[in-house]
Amino acid sequence: MSKTAQTDDGSVILDVRNLVTHFPVRSGVVKAVDDVSFTLHRGKTLCIVGESGSGKSVTARSILQIVDAPGRIVSGEIILHREDGTTTDLAGLNPRGKAIRQVRGRDIAMIFQEPMSSLSPVHTVGEQIMEVLRLHLKMDKAQARTRCIELLGQVEIPKPAEAIDRYTFEFSGGMRQRVMIAMALACNPHILIADEPTTALDVTTQAEIIDLIRRLQNDHGMAVIFITHDMGVVAEIADDVLVMFRGKVMEHGPVDQIFHAPKDDYTRMLIGSVLKLEEKAEIRLKRPPLDTTVEPVMTVKNLSMHFGSNLAVNDVSLHVLPGETLGIVGESGSGKTTMGRCLLRVYQPTAGEISYRRADGSMVDLVRADEGLLKDCRKEIRMIFQDPVGSLNPRMTVSQIIGEPLLVNHLCMGQELEERVVDLMEQVGLNPDWRERYPHAFSGGQRQRIGIARAIALNPRVVVADEATSALDVSLRSQMLDLMMNLQDKLNLSYVFISHDIGVIRYMCDRVAVMYKGKVVETGTADQVCNAPEHPYTQALLSAIPRPDPRARSMHKRHRYKV
Amino acid sequence: MLRFIAKRVLWMIPSLVVVSFLSFVLIQLPPGDYVTTYIATLAASNEVVDINTANELRARFGLDQPMIVQYWKWITGIVLHGDFGLSFEWQQPVSELIWERMALTLVLTFTTLLATWAIALPIGIFSAVQKYSVMDYIVTFLSFIGLAVPSFLLALVLMYIAAVHFGQDVGGLFSDRFMNEPWSFDKIVDMLGHLWIPVIILAVSGTASLIRVMRANLLDELSKPYVTTARAKGLSEFHLLMKYPVRIALNPFISTIAWLLPNLVSGSIIVAIVLSLPTAGPLLLQSLMSQDMYLAGAFVLLICALTLVGSLISDILLALADPRIRLE
Repeated sequence: MSKTAQTDDGSVILDVRNLVTHFPVRSGVVKAVDDVSFTLHRGKTLCIVGESGSGKSVTARSILQIVDAPGRIVSGEIILHREDGTTTDLAGLNPRGKAIRQVRGRDIAMIFQEPMSSLSPVHTVGEQIMEVLRLHLKMDKAQARTRCIELLGQVEIPKPAEAIDRYTFEFSGGMRQRVMIAMALACNPHILIADEPTTALDVTTQAEIIDLIRRLQNDHGMAVIFITHDMGVVAEIADDVLVMFRGKVMEHGPVDQIFHAPKDDYTRMLIGSVLKLEEKAEIRLKRPPLDTTVEPVMTVKNLSMHFGSNLAVNDVSLHVLPGETLGIVGESGSGKTTMGRCLLRVYQPTAGEISYRRADGSMVDLVRADEGLLKDCRKEIRMIFQDPVGSLNPRMTVSQIIGEPLLVNHLCMGQELEERVVDLMEQVGLNPDWRERYPHAFSGGQRQRIGIARAIALNPRVVVADEATSALDVSLRSQMLDLMMNLQDKLNLSYVFISHDIGVIRYMCDRVAVMYKGKVVETGTADQVCNAPEHPYTQALLSAIPRPDPRARSMHKRHRYKV
Repeated sequence: MLRFIAKRVLWMIPSLVVVSFLSFVLIQLPPGDYVTTYIATLAASNEVVDINTANELRARFGLDQPMIVQYWKWITGIVLHGDFGLSFEWQQPVSELIWERMALTLVLTFTTLLATWAIALPIGIFSAVQKYSVMDYIVTFLSFIGLAVPSFLLALVLMYIAAVHFGQDVGGLFSDRFMNEPWSFDKIVDMLGHLWIPVIILAVSGTASLIRVMRANLLDELSKPYVTTARAKGLSEFHLLMKYPVRIALNPFISTIAWLLPNLVSGSIIVAIVLSLPTAGPLLLQSLMSQDMYLAGAFVLLICALTLVGSLISDILLALADPRIRLE
């Protein structure tokens, strides 16, 4: 094995050279990883960033040769430098052979994005961790059990001696990810590959997991490859950054250079779109101040929603002014989505009232309105959903999807409907010539535009947007928000904008309500809540959000909210 | 867990009362009764039965009483004395008739079941792991043939081959000389010699569908992230396959036990008739055709009770096998 100059100081642990991984598909070959080279140094953290489809995950999986079928490594070298001076080219090993299996889990361990589905639901946590110990370290049952309890303690799982016999679904998302980490650390690997380990978690949980990985990294001297699309996380933890786009490396360098002196256009665009969400939207800066003297279009009083004995929404009071964007921010389980659905009475609230002021000035209590009245009001209150794939019927053309609300409400048909659909598509920036295509022919961002067009088809007055940008890549997010704000100006819409992402809230919203365990703990203008929050929960929430600036790492200063 | 089982068992009692009543009503539903059928049979051989004799017969069998009284007599007899009544046609207690046949059905069904699972599960796993390989296509092709061929046809073909080419005595489960013998070692050997034809026939269609189900179940599981996790741990392909996806793909099979038990009685009737097997199916059919009320009623009741017991067993096994059901 040849040694190059850069590996001579012995700090390089993994040397990836010209890696190419292909996925053969019916129409040819997808070059998921296209000539990627990088080095990883002992004890350092390399972040691989990129938007969906950039090949960052496949790169990581190629290292362990666990790329899903039919993907395979076509060429390149992945050289692992062990501490005893021996080297192995992982790319040259048989993916089912013994040699690569001894590297997996022992030299290089991996954790994954979805801590629920990445662990077996029918085996206990202990069983799954002990398996690694018994496989690689040849421990007997009793030894493995002792070590496993020790590991669970290291990742700060409460009562490890009891937790070892529990199943994954008995843990929360954050605890499951801790179990994954304990499993990965079982054999003291030299390299830990973390594939979006915090993406499915709340920000406060994310901060704890990142803390944990960092502490364990210091204790064990591991090198970490951290794959993420969140530039805030990158700025917080990375030593080096690899920016990928469509399978190729766009830029590779120290974290400070990537954020403060990016050389590549794509990197610049990526950083730019992240920084954009750190500020108020330009469109909003240009707007005249909102008239706060007018009567609210919607007033929620003491709204509660029980699911059995579980109080999902607890005595919530809010109001929305005409033309205003009200942000609802909170972590998973805070009741924000349930609250949003109550506004359209998708769920029947168990207490409280929602007074809605109709266009003619008459007031309607949506909680008690009869079916006919409710149907009329629902024409004026529409919804945009999080998942642009799941919320569009794959067997309907775009024209049918956008036209459906018009058709079911008998508002127009035939030629008139066609013209209205064309008009709506133009408004949301879609080419009307595409109206006979099916949703699968569109990208994620375009699909969300279809969802928006459908929501505004009936000229609504209030739109409830539930995590409307969460499934989109960061470069598309501000575009989508700008579109929504332009439509707001044009159609005088009010938005109830539900999100867990403070950046999106700051960019888009006039006022913000912070929800925690079903209650609104703080309401105020976006500036006040985002910059000078009053409630300790809001303060804790904001302190856990990583800032996209490696020179202002702040996560170690965060504090937790304890009731 | 124990509370769950106790609750389920308690719930079975009202269900059993209802199904027992329903099954009694069901066998009463066709016009006429056993006597009518009996007279019709006699008339076919030119014997005439006058009305008095018919009524006498009805009185003797208790058929002249209102239905609810008949039901009450029937069900109390079963519950209190284990007495399922008398088969009109065979002039024997129903329980004697049934148990002998049920025992043989049990042997046949479980042998078939074991054969089916032993063949189908490995092939299904192989076919899923080697998806779209040449072998997968061959297996898929063969299993569709197995699904498509009617089992009675297969029974006729196999009987022909066995009789003509091997000179074997086919049909039934015993040779003539053992037919009415008490159980002995020789009789068991003789039975095993006869058992293979019905087992093959019944296993073919079962195996074919099971291969498809196993393949589909496993294909769903193979792409799950926990399989990748297991692979990233360094487990060998075979070990991780058996421990994780196969283990989870097998769970749905546990629920098939629920309809396996009632199949003991009513399944594979056609094959059993073609092969003249002394199992429960042909007897059930015969009793229904001759309106042999108590015999048919006992069978229908048995099917219902076995369905309930089967679902209870499969629920308990599922809870044991899957902690998500047990603990949530």
